[in-house]
Amino acid sequence: MTIAGATTYTTPSELEFTMARVFDAPRELVFEAFTSPEHLPHWMLGPDGWTMTVCEIDLRPGGTWRFAWRRDDGSEMELSGEYREVVPPERVVQTESWGGGWPQTLNTLTLIEEDGRTTMTQTILFPSEQARDAALKTGMKDGASMSFDRLASYLESLS
Amino acid sequence: MASDTLSTTFAALADPTRRAILARLIEGAATVKELSEPFAMSGPAVSKHLRVLERAGLISRGRQAQWRPCRLEARPLKEVADWAEDYRSFWDASYDRLDDYLQQLKEKER
Repeated sequence: MTIAGATTYTTPSELEFTMARVFDAPRELVFEAFTSPEHLPHWMLGPDGWTMTVCEIDLRPGGTWRFAWRRDDGSEMELSGEYREVVPPERVVQTESWGGGWPQTLNTLTLIEEDGRTTMTQTILFPSEQARDAALKTGMKDGASMSFDRLASYLESLS
Repeated sequence: MASDTLSTTFAALADPTRRAILARLIEGAATVKELSEPFAMSGPAVSKHLRVLERAGLISRGRQAQWRPCRLEARPLKEVADWAEDYRSFWDASYDRLDDYLQQLKEKER
């Protein structure tokens, strides 16, 4: 169960990463907040100190988007991608690239409304289509494969 | 952010056999022969995966020609974990702000 004000992070499959959160607002409004250049620069800013300097959105299948941020110390960050599916006010599928050698992800946003509250789910599929296809083809045989959860607990022991 | 390194790490981690090899190496160093056994795979097939892991810096191999034990190298895995941590803190902060922003929008609509 997802509660308002807390983000739940899960790994539904070996290559997926999901963020879920409940917002106390109807989904038309949440959809607007996620897809409109009028709203995004007000909240999609990460930790304090970042300003959104570019927010270009062409919200239709095949349309592109580009976001850029600058921090008060001068460092910059940029994200871009292409919309694959746009179904207001419930679903958006888009690619996301961080540039350089970064793997492109496929992100699915879904919004479900109940009693005036909206459950948002963002699923990030990574690292790349080739990698995902390779993984699907090979399958998760023998139970010998290492789950990201196990990897994560190992990594925690290192830090 | 060292995105090239991360990309290589992700690509190496995308294969379930390679993840299984890393899982085995968490328990300690192992030879190619020991690594081949659980996978019903030939030595050369396992060696191919090991080369990918070695190029990604995820493992290192001993020097002795015949007995080249493979060892897990933690640093690239740590980079992936750090990236995941940054990602989470970005979205946690953004969603907290969105909570407040949505309340402002709702009040405006009233």
